[in-house]
Amino acid sequence: MQRLYSTNVHSVSGRLGAALFFSLFILALSLLDCRPAAALPAFARKYGMPCSSCHEAWPKLSPFGQQFKDNGYQMGNERDAPIYQSPAYWPVTFRITPQWHRESTNKVLVDGAGGNNSAEAQVTTHGFDWSGLDFHTAGTLAKNVSFYVLPSSNNSGAFHFESVWARLDNIAGSSWLNVKLGKFELDNLLSEKRIVTLSNVGGFYQNYHFQPFYQPGKPESAVFTFGIGDNQVGLEYMGHSRDDRWRVSASLLSSSDGQPNLPNSRGYDGYFTASRAFELGNLGLQRVGGFAFIGQAPTYPQFTSGGSAIAGTGIGNKGFQRYGLIGMWYIKKFDITTIYFHGSDSAWLASGTPATPGATLPTGARSPSWNAALFESHYNLNPQLIFINRYELIRMSQQAFVGDGVTAANASNLGNTDTLTFGMRYYPFISSRAGFAYHTEYAISRIRGASPLTNTDLTSSSLLFGFDFAF
Amino acid sequence: MHTKSFNKICLNLAFTLALPVALLAQEAPAAKPNPNQESHIGNLTGHAHAGAQLYYRYCWGCHGARGNGEGENAQWLDPQPRNFVAAVFKCRSTPSGTLPTDEDLNSAISRGFVTSTMPSWIALTAQQRADLVAFVKTFSARWTTDKAGTPIDIPAEPKLTLDSIKHGKELFQKLECFKCHGPEGRGDGPSASTLTDSQDRPIKPYNFNSGYRFKCGTSNRDLYKIFMTGLDGTPMPSFADVVKPEDAWDLVHYLRTLQIWHKSPELLLWQSQGGEFAKSQKPENTPTGADVRP
Repeated sequence: MQRLYSTNVHSVSGRLGAALFFSLFILALSLLDCRPAAALPAFARKYGMPCSSCHEAWPKLSPFGQQFKDNGYQMGNERDAPIYQSPAYWPVTFRITPQWHRESTNKVLVDGAGGNNSAEAQVTTHGFDWSGLDFHTAGTLAKNVSFYVLPSSNNSGAFHFESVWARLDNIAGSSWLNVKLGKFELDNLLSEKRIVTLSNVGGFYQNYHFQPFYQPGKPESAVFTFGIGDNQVGLEYMGHSRDDRWRVSASLLSSSDGQPNLPNSRGYDGYFTASRAFELGNLGLQRVGGFAFIGQAPTYPQFTSGGSAIAGTGIGNKGFQRYGLIGMWYIKKFDITTIYFHGSDSAWLASGTPATPGATLPTGARSPSWNAALFESHYNLNPQLIFINRYELIRMSQQAFVGDGVTAANASNLGNTDTLTFGMRYYPFISSRAGFAYHTEYAISRIRGASPLTNTDLTSSSLLFGFDFAF
Repeated sequence: MHTKSFNKICLNLAFTLALPVALLAQEAPAAKPNPNQESHIGNLTGHAHAGAQLYYRYCWGCHGARGNGEGENAQWLDPQPRNFVAAVFKCRSTPSGTLPTDEDLNSAISRGFVTSTMPSWIALTAQQRADLVAFVKTFSARWTTDKAGTPIDIPAEPKLTLDSIKHGKELFQKLECFKCHGPEGRGDGPSASTLTDSQDRPIKPYNFNSGYRFKCGTSNRDLYKIFMTGLDGTPMPSFADVVKPEDAWDLVHYLRTLQIWHKSPELLLWQSQGGEFAKSQKPENTPTGADVRP
């Protein structure tokens, strides 16, 4: 039975903001559904190795696969250059997931007795569907020159470039000198592009995309978007020890959140990572590390033409940061990844206030900050079967708005998020030609105060069964 | 009738003769592989049962589920994957014909084999590699009947001199290394095209021009070991019986000069003082992708 909620006291702008947020939320989910994950039978075909060599459970990398990736998609056996391949070999892989899924959201903006978008209702839908399509083409152009081009579509076939880069590997014969230029996934040890969950709710890391609310119904993402899980455009230095126990990287990125063309501003962001792996008895290879994203975004255009901003002239840059610590812990067949995450944004960005000369922040505006954690565990019974569990929580430590005498302060838990995901993937065969998995998953997420009309808790869930395959 | 009777007699005779043979065979059954092999590498003990899972994850595609080198990819690979059932290994520290040590197998897994599809597995933990070594030993009964050979003694490397290189060059001629490896070590000797391995598959001699690494290592000690132990299963014999240890080092020094893309001390000395012949050595076009750096 549908539950309808009467209209409370909300301003029109609040409703529009909420509607906009919800639209963006749905849009983000649909885009994330592309899942441009990197599991490349093209590599398996090139080297004649089964998927399970590089993937604990594809697309999740094993330490060997991580080393292969860090080495520029090379085994280092003097047979990496394409000249050694049959001329007919073309390093292309596609991946898609036909599926049945059920989506449920407890408070969707619907037309009600009060007019258009005047009520909230629980909406539950289900049916057969398919995911977006990824065309991975990657490998080496020559020894120590690697590349990756990934045209990726949503499930209606609208393509975009998820990755476009070339990399100079092992410069001067040193594994510590690798330089990549283009659009690429940030050097996240827990790769969202290799996530082992696929559903609309559980198929991405909340931590990697979280942006707070300025006020109820006014998400920060309406005026400024950023996600550490989004592929970014820039230049990356990466270095690692031969055995990959040590890894470091530093990236200089356009402040564009990975969008094509020149960014809105002439600003640059930086992303830095370092990690160390070590052996702990016979438990496996453990890894600990840290990462930091230091970014900025413009708050207004320097020039407009016909009222529209001229691209690349954004100024009044204000900063945002994301920091984190990661641990990847193995106890034989069981492993758990833990992440502590801290984020903060400038109050100017959160409130969407142009930082023009002499401008002041709206009364009550603060720099929002939050802490978050992720626990993702896997039980790899054998190379053909993996059980997955993930819990993410995000807790605001400072709200972006603390009241101005007219509008009440944000509830302290506005935007707090909890997401729980369970899944299982079974690979009926393992070969060096193609990958195939029976995928089962359930995920549920609750965001405090995020419903579009009543600003109460927004709860969404996904149930998915699918055939996930790549060839 | 006579023919039928004769056949019956023959049949009975055959059974009569075969029975004791079969009984004898039962009394002395053929040795079987030990599924509970261990390996000992440093202070680590590898266990076959743990290695089985790793083998299933990483190795079977080439080496095959039965370890016979006939994995699903073997048909596409050159050189072919190692047949663990035969238990014949190229890279050893032990004399020709003997089993390698656990350390030898561990070294092979960790290092990989250049110019083959066998990569370095250094990204695995030391324990995992030890477990894999133990599991590899479960494929052949040789590991239950034979013991690994005793590693050969390798004397300390003498100081590099021009005379050492020159003497090595003489040995290269005297031992007829050039017949397979070619006069300049390019793997193009007169016999090169006729070589086959122990399974009658064509095999190419090592081309010293192709880089600086050998299948069995990169160091001078590794090179010493290669020709003093031989590469079992290939036409490369052991020269332990015909080359004295001090002479072997001279040969090592000379062979390094054939790696003309690798600026080794031997090559630099040879090029600066080795006379016209040394100076005339020019690198051929190196195939794209060949490693030319140390």
